[in-house]
Amino acid sequence: MTTQRTSGRRKQALAAAAVVAALLTTAACGGGDSDGDGGGSKNGAAGFDAANNKVAQADLAKKGGTLRFGGAQDADSWDTTRGYYGFMWNFSRYYSRQLVTNAAEPGKAGAGVTPDLATGLAKVSDDGKTYTYTLRDGITWEDGKPITSKDIKYGIERVWAQDVLSGGPTYLKEVLDPKGEYPGPYKDKSKDKLGLKAIETPDDKTIVFKLPKANSDFEEMLALTSASPVRQDKDTKSKYGLHPFSSGPYKFHSYNPGKDLTLVRNTEWKQESDPVRKAYPDKITVQFFSDANQLDQRLLSGDLDLDINQTGMSPQGRTTALKEHKANLDNPVSGYIRYAVFPQSVKPFDNIECRKAVILGADHVSLQTARGGPVAGGEIGTNMLPPSVPGAEGQKYDPYKIAGENKKGNVAEAKKALEACGKPNGFKTTIAVRNNKPVEVATAQSLQASLKKIGITAEIDQYDGSQTAGIIGSPSNVKKKNYGIIIMGWGPDFPSVQGYGLPLWDSDYILESGNNNYALIKDKEIDGLFDKYVDTLDDAGKQQIATDINHKVMEGAYYLPFVFEKFVNWRSSRLANVYTSDGYSGMYDFVNLGLKSSK
Amino acid sequence: MLAYLIRRLFAAAVMLVVIIMVVFGIFFLVPKWAGVDIASSFVGKQADPAAVEAVRQKLGLSDPIYSQVWEFFKGIFTGRTYSGGGDVTHCSAPCFGYSFRSEQAIWPVLTDRFPVTLALALGAALLWLLFGLAAGVLSALKRGSLWDRGAMVVALAGVSLPVYFTGMIALAVFAFGLDWLDAQYVPLADSFTGWFGGLILPWITLAFLYAAMYARITRATMLEILGEDYIRTARAKGLREPVVIRKHAMRSTLTPILTMLGMDLGALIGGAILTESTFNLPGLGQAVLNAIKTQDLPVILGVTLITSLAVLIANLVVDVLYAVIDPRVRLA
Repeated sequence: MTTQRTSGRRKQALAAAAVVAALLTTAACGGGDSDGDGGGSKNGAAGFDAANNKVAQADLAKKGGTLRFGGAQDADSWDTTRGYYGFMWNFSRYYSRQLVTNAAEPGKAGAGVTPDLATGLAKVSDDGKTYTYTLRDGITWEDGKPITSKDIKYGIERVWAQDVLSGGPTYLKEVLDPKGEYPGPYKDKSKDKLGLKAIETPDDKTIVFKLPKANSDFEEMLALTSASPVRQDKDTKSKYGLHPFSSGPYKFHSYNPGKDLTLVRNTEWKQESDPVRKAYPDKITVQFFSDANQLDQRLLSGDLDLDINQTGMSPQGRTTALKEHKANLDNPVSGYIRYAVFPQSVKPFDNIECRKAVILGADHVSLQTARGGPVAGGEIGTNMLPPSVPGAEGQKYDPYKIAGENKKGNVAEAKKALEACGKPNGFKTTIAVRNNKPVEVATAQSLQASLKKIGITAEIDQYDGSQTAGIIGSPSNVKKKNYGIIIMGWGPDFPSVQGYGLPLWDSDYILESGNNNYALIKDKEIDGLFDKYVDTLDDAGKQQIATDINHKVMEGAYYLPFVFEKFVNWRSSRLANVYTSDGYSGMYDFVNLGLKSSK
Repeated sequence: MLAYLIRRLFAAAVMLVVIIMVVFGIFFLVPKWAGVDIASSFVGKQADPAAVEAVRQKLGLSDPIYSQVWEFFKGIFTGRTYSGGGDVTHCSAPCFGYSFRSEQAIWPVLTDRFPVTLALALGAALLWLLFGLAAGVLSALKRGSLWDRGAMVVALAGVSLPVYFTGMIALAVFAFGLDWLDAQYVPLADSFTGWFGGLILPWITLAFLYAAMYARITRATMLEILGEDYIRTARAKGLREPVVIRKHAMRSTLTPILTMLGMDLGALIGGAILTESTFNLPGLGQAVLNAIKTQDLPVILGVTLITSLAVLIANLVVDVLYAVIDPRVRLA
């Protein structure tokens, strides 16, 4: 192994970067078709934001062809039980189906749940504790055998085997077996390994879930990839992610971790059995890159159709794309909020007025700029509920006038808050930020500069980003290191206040390690609202509770939101039937992407 | 000569054992002393306590360290079975460890990626030797000429410019700008022309850096040697200049070049990280970069060992060649 002889040449590298940027801009001009803002022609790009919350060029999609993804990061696992990356959940719909799934609709409608393997949504008992589904006819595995209710039960049971299949979401385990009584299928002593009592399969077509306690988001949890069926005789345990057995329209052809992945048509899948997936292309390829700039170059030159990671182009590629190929770009809201959080265990952040001083004193425009500006970074965040979550009010709810009169920071108001906090001359604190996220480091520096104006001296501690759970996820460590401000970000696992805020704000989720309730919020009202939320079955009632929880969190001044994050994502001119979906945090809905030509 | 060879082989074997112990110590002992839970590092960010415990069992991390080293060492020759958490994973010999991130044995990953890195390193080495030596010798022979100055300026640029810079320039101009080359790696088994075309730019980029260094070293060494008494004697004896250069000066010049080549090739075999990353070549360098990003320790450990082994072998070959070039070495 060598890093070659390049160290100690930073100055040259900076100069080089400028030349390279200029060259790449020139080079990219020749790479693709020339398009401006408009477009929408048959062979050209659909136009800027043409696929953002709406369907672009749906009627141009043809059957056939190869859809080419690129990515700078491989999935954490392609095993439906183990994957937790958002793009993995999105991509997994090519080879896995669930009882219900996200609707194949653009924007907010895409966050709704629609029947997939099941004939309809659940028949829910009056007490909200029993969910019954009937399976469709014609649903098959890649070898042609029918998918049964027992396959679905077994697939869900795998979530319990965390000692072998770690990494994925465990909502179903917590809701169906809160006491942790079931040992998981690999330690199950029953003959058929289907010993989980909370799920019944009276016949191959029927599956019944019996919850010990109602949870109004249960069907959302069943739409997660971790609720996919897995056939027992095809379960290769920890190695399943290397070649999952397909229940969807495509199957694994080859996979080399970190290198490439190819899916081909599952010829046993029947279109009439699947109301969600269109399955336009014949083949789907994914090529992984270790350099994000290379990936962007391949997108710009037309070698690839889209980025599987869907986390936005890198600054260099983005600049070129916005200048030369704007019609190939969409600028969706990601569903993430980027923020600073104040642990109450670290003085003086136990005092709400000191927390308010930071919120009021921060220069929110400068923080937004550090995140990438309004296009690549997102709109200034004014509260803690992502716009994609039902009950969110977006910038309309702005209790600290963050996007209004205080957007450049209100020194006078901040100083008043400092006086009320008993620190009229300010105080010293530490900002903790991950060292592997340059944008977060820039945000910390921006915050540090604006806090200086109100007398708060903040040191920045860049910690090892890969050790987040053990460093900022440990409340005792946070207190020991005097981390008064932690820079972080969070997105919903599923679009509800439970799927987003429960681990952040509910006191039951304060953990000794792997904690996400960094502010250490112990508010009985918030806890009570979450309890009420899971019992509330009507949508209007759920939305109101979500709004109320968000208000309580903001009133407590535990957070300083930076942005409602946005990305700049690329779609090639070959793509048709393209749309972003709130069900996948503003990503394109992969499963229904088509190509304009089958060649 | 045979005795010399046996001595060197024995030394190499001892060195290999020492390397394994040191590398193992760095990856397993140092984190332990620093209070880092190695099992958590193996599992990853979303580490469930049950998964961490299973990995601890599988790797025997609670066993005494000498036992862990022995199991690892033994695994290279006999293979290894990892059991824990109700799952059994077998890693066939030679087992250089197992990645619990990608659920793969390390050895197949290394052997899969090794040919790419080898092709990159050997192709580039051929180019840099050809151009580096030629430019160095000509510069030394035409000292102070326009050629000499021009070649040394280019060499200075080559040494100074980082490979990712020249790589990106090459890609921007020849692949994306002029569209002369595809610059996409294609396995040799799929297409020779595709494979060759995909490697041209990486070869040239890597060779540009090394050729520049070799040219400068060759020139300096050659100039020094041309001033030696035995060269003057050779010329005084009436030998023709090409013979003096080829038979006397070049032979002596090659000795330090050979040492450099051994070290450089050995190190590159372990993965030319920047070149592979810039051109997205699926070699060992890219594997180790991905592993660093995802904290996949077994892959880093495996590539580190392979690199050490490559450097060791390269040095062994250099030592043997040394003995061929300079018979005095055999007696040392």
